[in-house]
Amino acid sequence: MLLNVNTDGAGGRCSVAGGDVIAEDKRIASRAEDEQVKMSIRDLNFHYGRFHALHDISMDIRLNRVTAFIGPSGCGKSTLIRCFNRIYELYPGQRATGRILLDGRNILDNRENLNLLRATVGMVFQKPTPFPMSIYDNIAFGISLYERLSRAEMNERVEWALQKAAIWDEVKDILQQSGTALSGGQQQRLCIARAIAIKPEVLLMDEPASALDPLSTLKVEDLVEELKSDYTIVVVTHNMQQAARISDYTAFMYLGELIEFGDTASLFTNPLKQQTEDYITGRFG
Amino acid sequence: MKQRQQTGAGPEQMDRGKVLDVLFVQGTRFFAWMVLLIILAVLFALGKGALPALEKFGPGFLTSSSWNPVTEDFGALVSIYGTLVTSIIAMLIGVPVSFGIALFITELCPVWLKRPVGIAIELLAAIPSIIYGMWGLFIFAPLFADHVEPWLNSRFAGVPLLGSLLTGPPMGIGMATAGIILAIMIIPFMTAVMRDMFEVVPDVLKESAYGIGATTWEVVRRVVLPYTRAGVIGGIMLGLGRAMGETMAVTFVIGNTNRIHASLLMPGNTISSSLANEFTEAVGEIYTSSLIALGLILFFITFIVLALSRLLLHHLSRQEGLRT
Repeated sequence: MLLNVNTDGAGGRCSVAGGDVIAEDKRIASRAEDEQVKMSIRDLNFHYGRFHALHDISMDIRLNRVTAFIGPSGCGKSTLIRCFNRIYELYPGQRATGRILLDGRNILDNRENLNLLRATVGMVFQKPTPFPMSIYDNIAFGISLYERLSRAEMNERVEWALQKAAIWDEVKDILQQSGTALSGGQQQRLCIARAIAIKPEVLLMDEPASALDPLSTLKVEDLVEELKSDYTIVVVTHNMQQAARISDYTAFMYLGELIEFGDTASLFTNPLKQQTEDYITGRFG
Repeated sequence: MKQRQQTGAGPEQMDRGKVLDVLFVQGTRFFAWMVLLIILAVLFALGKGALPALEKFGPGFLTSSSWNPVTEDFGALVSIYGTLVTSIIAMLIGVPVSFGIALFITELCPVWLKRPVGIAIELLAAIPSIIYGMWGLFIFAPLFADHVEPWLNSRFAGVPLLGSLLTGPPMGIGMATAGIILAIMIIPFMTAVMRDMFEVVPDVLKESAYGIGATTWEVVRRVVLPYTRAGVIGGIMLGLGRAMGETMAVTFVIGNTNRIHASLLMPGNTISSSLANEFTEAVGEIYTSSLIALGLILFFITFIVLALSRLLLHHLSRQEGLRT
């Protein structure tokens, strides 16, 4: 298993992302069995009205790792991560059963405080969705929901988030301009900054780069690499190369079922299931 | 060209297309210009009709509260006051209520209730104003006189400012009643506009606000409202325009007296109710001309309100951040 790390896409990623020895060591260490589990999903079923969209999903999401979900359209990967912050509850008729344990706490419990949950589990969407307010306020809005910060502290935090999302240099002189006036790639990084500004523990990304041009995609991918030391990241993607480049673990889903889940390198080079192999070699989907 | 000829479309057909195109462009252009022409024509007609009165009374027409057909001494102050006061009451009640209803329908309402409430709102908006007037006069005014006004009198007597505004003989009809009836009339209208606005907010935008843990109110306040601001203010302004111009319902319940009272419970007058009441009996050039001048003033008031709402929108979008 360890020997497979440097083959194919995963190996390519290492050289792109700096490829220094420490990072490599970390990656190899990441294969160890004693990695901490951040989120465990147990027997999760999901229904859209009468449609049974997810069947008995059980898996573990590791702390400070990037977990990617791949699979053909409609396989339920977006549905699954929409359970992780219960955003599906905005729509009547959608319901999840089973358990999702975040640090051992079942977040599907009705007593769970939804607002706090969503502050802990941040989300970035497929299409950039800046709020109709200034760039500064786009970041400050979320922070002010949870924390009373002085003007100076707030400025500092906004700058920190924008720095972290690698967009500070582009917007530092136009913080008072509307966030909707930025380009698509900038908007997406603004949304990432907005999500990390409230210091979540888990970051969900639903095809974060699929609406972006190649250069912006690269920036977002680098960002994911950068952010995983602080956050547990879950990415849904249509793009298998992307999954191979940025993730430590990959889950392949098909028709609402989790077909295969394992570390990215082995899943892509040595899939255990026929369906996984067919998908990653482009024979269907 | 060549390709077209090959597919069978000859040059004469091309020409026909071109002619139709030109006709279409010129036709739509004509209709667009019509709008401007009509506004100018209305303004001109009103101005011409109002000229004798304006010449006789000068700017004093705006500030005089007399309205005496016998001595032919007219002033617009009472009607302007009544129009503004009833409209303000209507907006104070109507805007928050319609905002609440629209919000409930779009954000909070269970699915099975959405359609019935929505259809009821549209039905209410379609009721002719005279029916609201009759309902106001025969049902609402007596109830108001028997139950609300005595309570107001006992509650606010002696309270500074509010005391003089909210106490008075319990007659049922008056400016407060007119304002409330107006509010009831414009609520369905403004609700329908606001609901349509709230419904166009993209789900994903709301999701991303909920996704950082905002509550429903925070999402509405910070995302839905700014996003729909222009439409919501537009809807409010349409409601205000309707309130200021509403004639029949107000005429039924306002009492039609030409005096300014401190109390909202006292009868009064609005521009449109004066016009409705008096045009048939207006004899003499000055009397008629004074009524037309009232109409001209209403025209200008609505114009000013519209301009102010534009300014407000402009100011708000500058606050939001410079747009490029």
